[in-house]
Amino acid sequence: MQKITKEMLIDKATELLNNGTVSLVLGWKKGEYDYDVTPGVFESVEELKKDFVFGDFSAANLSKYLVKKTEKLEGKILVFLKPCDTYSFNQLLTEHRFDREKVYAVGVQCDGMVDIEKVKKIAGDGILSVDCNGEDIVVKTLYNDDMTIAKADVLAERCANCKSKKHVAYDELLGESGEVIDSNRFDEVEKLEKMTADERFAFWQNELSKCIRCNACRDACPACTCEKCVFNNPNSGVENKSPANSFEEKLFHIIRAYHVAGRCTDCGECSRVCPQNIPLHLLNRKFIKDINEFYGEYQAGAEVGSRAPLVDYTLNDLEPGEVFDRGDENA
Amino acid sequence: MRKIVLEKIDLLFEAISNTMSLYLPVDQNDGKAAYTKWEEGKKWSEALNTVKSPKDFFFPQTEDMMEFKVEGKNIEVIDTRKASEDFVVFGVRACDVKAFDILDKVFLVDPCDSYYATKREHGIIVAVACNKPSETCFCSAFGIDAADPKADVSAWKTENELYLQANTEKGEKLLKALENVTEEATEEKVTEQKEQIAKIMKKLPLADLDTSKFGGGKTDEFFNSPEWEELSESCLGCGTCTFVCPTCQCYDIKDFNTGNGVIRYRCWDSCMYSDFTRMAHGNNRNSQKERFRQRFMHKLVYYPENNEGIFGCVGCGRCVSRCPISMNIVKVMKNLGGKENE
Repeated sequence: MQKITKEMLIDKATELLNNGTVSLVLGWKKGEYDYDVTPGVFESVEELKKDFVFGDFSAANLSKYLVKKTEKLEGKILVFLKPCDTYSFNQLLTEHRFDREKVYAVGVQCDGMVDIEKVKKIAGDGILSVDCNGEDIVVKTLYNDDMTIAKADVLAERCANCKSKKHVAYDELLGESGEVIDSNRFDEVEKLEKMTADERFAFWQNELSKCIRCNACRDACPACTCEKCVFNNPNSGVENKSPANSFEEKLFHIIRAYHVAGRCTDCGECSRVCPQNIPLHLLNRKFIKDINEFYGEYQAGAEVGSRAPLVDYTLNDLEPGEVFDRGDENA
Repeated sequence: MRKIVLEKIDLLFEAISNTMSLYLPVDQNDGKAAYTKWEEGKKWSEALNTVKSPKDFFFPQTEDMMEFKVEGKNIEVIDTRKASEDFVVFGVRACDVKAFDILDKVFLVDPCDSYYATKREHGIIVAVACNKPSETCFCSAFGIDAADPKADVSAWKTENELYLQANTEKGEKLLKALENVTEEATEEKVTEQKEQIAKIMKKLPLADLDTSKFGGGKTDEFFNSPEWEELSESCLGCGTCTFVCPTCQCYDIKDFNTGNGVIRYRCWDSCMYSDFTRMAHGNNRNSQKERFRQRFMHKLVYYPENNEGIFGCVGCGRCVSRCPISMNIVKVMKNLGGKENE
């Protein structure tokens, strides 16, 4: 498999800017270090050459930015999408959140993203450089000798459990598009299911009590694109800036999980951005797993315009009573 | 100066805990440190710092202010403030200690915030020098010395020992009470440690971050800078930077309906939020660019303007490591004012 370099992306963007296909490029900008990449818009070839990066830290899913960036756009914007990002892209299209005609999507082959926190756990703090080169990562730090780490050991959780290397939407591909993967992504959910109700409650109580209500999970989530979230709306009755008690602490995350159920593509941005490392994706995966079991396999965003099981009706649908009867055992 | 061997550090924690609550950074199940009440078995974290800052001890994320009980036509106002007892916050870094000063200038000036003041009065801070600062640290840009943190007690961790030096009356009282578990010490090792840290500080990637372009009176210079547009373009508008920040001090006051009354509480607010300082006429900052600008102008221009030139940032690096899109005050400073840093 060929390695996709940032130069290849820059060349592609340059070509599309120069031939007038697009007027803007949505990509990733280099940061202070090798790992703190910021999503950004590029208007010219000069800007691309100066700041554009692509690599193992281009983790941010850019699809949600299309909602805002295409609003007043005349012409087209180029967006680079990793396989998992293409599912969010399709889901947003299903929900009519942006105009497909205004976007030129280039699918980019993805070999998994690296979690800098995992790198730090192995190499220590004081990172001076992280050089990702295929299977290995060379880390230089202030305090330890240079270290070579296997990329597989520091993959982001969502990439270690990657659900698909397949691009489900693109106008053009850079590199290869792979297949849907039979991943182990539900293993952690199964562990939770095997707990007693009390243990499970304690697990979530502990995790959610860490929440600082920064709303990063919601604000990064491509399924959360309400113009005004109920939690910001003083007239909703549930608006709050921080939980008044432990009940409200859970309320926020549970309401959010319900709201995105059936629409969440499992892109994993919620857990990636959580400053408190709460495994929020497990709430969503539980819903995905249940939907698969109750209504048959369904992957949100796999295609544009699909009727999600929760908003569709068939005569074979499970009766609510049957769900209830499953009770504690496999709740 | 006093010292204790690190092997026996739990004796020190136990001795403090015998008379008052002791909080210190302890590793959580995700491997990150958080301030936790000490009890037997809790180990002082090796981490450089906690994800959340210690400002919670004096300015908690939520805090009940008063309660109203409604019965028929009567409304009873209940003062929910509790008498505060002395407590110790151990292991605070130099940046976070300086952040308390910044909060003091907001909460302790007339009219003094009694909720904050009471807790501040009862809190005893034991600060510890940073042996291994992170690449995200830039406290020296704000004149903070990570090798010499100034709190009620300053501490240095050497290979085998912890050295303690009292700087205030509160600190002296605490060390006096700990005389049984500590021993008299000389400064040699501490001086060595300080030199060692000073060398590392010079090697940090952000060691030369330039603040000279910012400060009071610079509103006109920076307010309409074209760079704000690009810097803020991918900001999600979440509150991560404000909530992990040790100096962000904005709060909102809310009423919680209990059914037969109201609990009035305050909670942290974020200038990144769309309804921040919303008024009857609507919002005064309608775009994320304006909200983003407010946060950084406050730290780099408005705060110093009102506080003898002191910046509203201490360079702890929390926003640098936690922002979901890796946009932060360092990038703002370099792009707005100090291009020569690059």
